[in-house]
Amino acid sequence: MSQMRLSEVFKRCKTEGRAALIGYLTAGDPDVASSHKLLARLASHVDIIEVGMPFSDPMADGPVIQAASERALASGTKIADVFAITAELRSANPELGIVLMGYANIAYAMGFETFAQKAKAAGADGVLLVDIPPEEGGICDAIFAAHGLDRILLLSPTSTDERIRLADQKGTGFIYYVSLTGITGAEMGAMDGIREKTRHIQSMTDKPVCVGFGVKTPQQVADVAAFADGVVVGSHFVSQITSHDGTDAIADALGSSALAMHQAIASGA
Amino acid sequence: MSLSDQKPDLTSIYNLEIKHAPDAGGHFGRFGGRFAAETLMQPLQEIEDAFFEAWADPAFHAERLDLLKNYVGRSTPLYHAKHLSREVGGAQIYLKREDLNHTGAHKVNNTIGQALLARRMGKKKVIAETGAGQHGVATATVAAMFNMECHIYMGREDIRRQAPNVFRMKLLGANVVPVDSGTATLKDAVNEALRVWVASCEDTYYIFGTAAGPHPFPLMVRQFHTVIGQEARAQCIEQTGRLPDVAVACVGGGSNAIGLLHPFYDDADVKLVAVEAGGHGLDGDEHAASLAAGKPGIIHGSLSYLLEDEEGQVKGTHSISAGLDYPGVGPELANMLEAGRLDLDAATDTQALDAFKLLTRCEGIIPALESSHALAAGMRIAAAMRPDQTVLINLSGRGDKDMGTVFELLGDEIEGGWK
Ligand SMILES: Cc1ncc(COP(=O)(O)O)c(C=O)c1O
Repeated sequence: MSQMRLSEVFKRCKTEGRAALIGYLTAGDPDVASSHKLLARLASHVDIIEVGMPFSDPMADGPVIQAASERALASGTKIADVFAITAELRSANPELGIVLMGYANIAYAMGFETFAQKAKAAGADGVLLVDIPPEEGGICDAIFAAHGLDRILLLSPTSTDERIRLADQKGTGFIYYVSLTGITGAEMGAMDGIREKTRHIQSMTDKPVCVGFGVKTPQQVADVAAFADGVVVGSHFVSQITSHDGTDAIADALGSSALAMHQAIASGA
Repeated sequence: MSLSDQKPDLTSIYNLEIKHAPDAGGHFGRFGGRFAAETLMQPLQEIEDAFFEAWADPAFHAERLDLLKNYVGRSTPLYHAKHLSREVGGAQIYLKREDLNHTGAHKVNNTIGQALLARRMGKKKVIAETGAGQHGVATATVAAMFNMECHIYMGREDIRRQAPNVFRMKLLGANVVPVDSGTATLKDAVNEALRVWVASCEDTYYIFGTAAGPHPFPLMVRQFHTVIGQEARAQCIEQTGRLPDVAVACVGGGSNAIGLLHPFYDDADVKLVAVEAGGHGLDGDEHAASLAAGKPGIIHGSLSYLLEDEEGQVKGTHSISAGLDYPGVGPELANMLEAGRLDLDAATDTQALDAFKLLTRCEGIIPALESSHALAAGMRIAAAMRPDQTVLINLSGRGDKDMGTVFELLGDEIEGGWK
């Protein structure tokens, strides 16, 4: 089932008549040991986890996720830790979708072949590299495919129909629609526009279309879940790490926040 | 002799043909490309389309070359530095005087071109990153002239090092935004400008300051800067009757280097030398020599040489000159290096400072600390050559902006009787 796990997740959610809930945390934030616990807690309330790979130059991220990368790197997080965290998540959650998310250079530095092997061995289902658009996929697409890893591509409000078709052709697993022209953590735009563009993308692809960037409250989750195949929550979860003291308190806050969002999806659908 | 004879109109020597173009995706060999977030892919495509359309339009060049001549002051002189050559005791050293451009560096060649493009595209707002502040000043300058809103992103550390340029930008009406993330230098300023651009690409044009970044910037910035090498090539022939034996430029991101060197690409007998910032020496981590000490990596939208650790995390760099303090480098230089068409050299902080002092005292020209790296290496190369040979060095900028840094380092020595 491993190769198909992400599509299994979406199928399962669909049978339950709801959108998937996708949560993001940066691996190693604030440190490796705490990060294991935080991701484990998040995993019990979401369908897919995006495990962020910390990077020195997170060009597409706002202050919250930038700071997460800085904390993770400052506490000594290595790419080996990211794989170890992923492996632990996998063994405790056989049905969870896991996507490694980050910037191209982390995978490029290791070599895509080695990276793919390790990602697969750790139990990841897909890879989302923000700065490898479909046009540059020649350096990694075949390798990820050979290892049975989905290549998640992004679309944005600036994406033309031509680019939507490109993402549909080259992407696998699901399409991540970035709902605003901006960086992570910004305020969400007007729901009408997001719905319209999401529906337009859905009309052009059979792949699940998940919507993220700026989703912070259970109400927003419910609103997006009404038309998207999945809802991604990132900065809001990451921000729990600085607004609570101690790993247990952070984990509790993450757990209750994710639970509230999950319920919003289940009831709002 | 009439006035116009003294400053011949060199516009006729500008060759507008795009030579050694990258492939359609902006790849120079295995380097370059467009490794950008999805939101920027369409805006970058629009810039590429606008650039090729403008480049094919004689009206675009007429306005650009008129501004380069009458606003910037091109052509810049090629100066035979006889006193310096004698001091060095080898080949004849010729300096391409980009320091005499309006705003004091080569950077304005590019900002004129891109501002014209921005205006053509109907953008009312421009943003830019800056390290030494020269690109920021050159951007703020054209923004003032074209009446565009202008925001400059600059690392907090560079704001401290280059205070006079910060004040100049503010005088020119630009909003200078300090960047505190990461190492608070040029690479972080690029990150921040990219983040801002992602959120504002609808009405904002990003005037990228060097021949790096995602396609089409490396190609476009090169095209705007090749006036340097095209003039120098013609001037060399005019003054010495032949091509130089060696052409030398410093490398931060690579814009003055590709601008000087590219027009000599097909002159197989001309040795092309890129000089990187050696900082405290290439053996440690305190330098900014991406080509010499880095390995291929992906940052700021393109694949090129990058200073990074074994995990792919980008390293902090060190150079006495803020404009060279950058862990990446333009993809075309990387490709020329691998193709064997580029020689590498480096100058340490100390060597650059020594060259700075020597040129100042020998020729009465105070160079930028960036350009002092090219001088240091160029003099070393010239010293090993014959007096009938020539070394062409790009004097990419003047040193006024560096007075603070140099005062800190040399103030006591000079007050106490500098020899
Ligand atoms: C005078 C001068 N020379 C050189 C540089 C380095 O940039 P590049 O490598 O793009 O020419 C700078 C950058 O600020 C500069 O101000």
